Amino acid sequence: MAERGSMGRAALAEYGRILVSFFKIGLFTFGGGYAMLPLFRQELIEKRGYISENELLDYYSIGQCTPGVIAVNVATFTGYKISGVSGACIATLAINLPSLVIIMVLAGILNTLSANPWVAHAFAGIRIGVIALILNEVILLLKKTVGTNFQRGMFIFILILLFAVHLSAVAVVLFAALTGGIKYWKERAR
Amino acid sequence: MIYWLLFFEFFKIGLFAIGGGMVTIPFLFDLTKKYDWFSAAELTDMIAVSQSTPGPVGVNMATYAGFQTAGISGGIIATFGLVLPSVVIVIWLSKLLSHYVENQLVKEIMTAVRPAVAALILLAGVELFKLSVTTWYVAAFAAGFFLLVHFYKKSPIFYILLAAVLGVVFKL
Repeated sequence: MAERGSMGRAALAEYGRILVSFFKIGLFTFGGGYAMLPLFRQELIEKRGYISENELLDYYSIGQCTPGVIAVNVATFTGYKISGVSGACIATLAINLPSLVIIMVLAGILNTLSANPWVAHAFAGIRIGVIALILNEVILLLKKTVGTNFQRGMFIFILILLFAVHLSAVAVVLFAALTGGIKYWKERAR
Repeated sequence: MIYWLLFFEFFKIGLFAIGGGMVTIPFLFDLTKKYDWFSAAELTDMIAVSQSTPGPVGVNMATYAGFQTAGISGGIIATFGLVLPSVVIVIWLSKLLSHYVENQLVKEIMTAVRPAVAALILLAGVELFKLSVTTWYVAAFAAGFFLLVHFYKKSPIFYILLAAVLGVVFKL
């Protein structure tokens, strides 16, 4: 019984450390995705030794081709590696916690401030800024991912399709995934 | 019930938005058309706030959108819905880890999905542009700002703060 008790405490202490590590990552990184890589590296590799550099890069590359937010996927992978399903759940919860609190407090404040003319002007400016950031993101994404004629064709085809008819984002992703799958089976059949 | 609907919609986003935070934008844009939870203009504000606060952008946006729709419980439920599919998939994948990235089928699917996602984000950007840029004065401001963003690599927070200041100065 005494042994089980101390093991329980050790496990709890481990969960506590996982919670603190990922809470910190969620609290101190801005921008998500690759912007979070340096803090992941510092906290998980250098400080805690939970994972290796190669594992972190693996998690990132898989996180990019699995559904959901990349940083959350990396947290789930790392938590699972440290202590299974419960580790995965704790790491995921911890990385989300700061966002939940900060965003809801901020949203509440902004909702009451939006009638103020200064705030209205500031947000009119911010909207333009965000659109510029989104368009720039598309250019970066295209430079990084559109290499082959197949990919160029896919980009242009989807763009024309979306201008012509309204399609949900879900339908577009399903269509593209299916096309990739068919291409795979065709090349294998050859 | 609003909470179930919210959960279901964000579960769907969590399942189909492959490639990170910015990819959720076209999905959230779809929501502005389907429901009256929040407007497209509010969505732009959410993107700005999500990029300038700590935490993953996709999570921030889900929390914000859920909060605008149904208060604190809405924020929690939307975030839970967004994260749930990926947690299940990632735990399942952890067992076959290295095989997954090397898998030719996964590679082919990703080569097809990435450009489609780029087109989706571009279209969402164009739609938001049409909503916000209504005069030549604003269009000139937008063009100048885009060149700034494209040629000087600064963090998104820097640009969002700069845009806020310029918005006040130019009385946009």
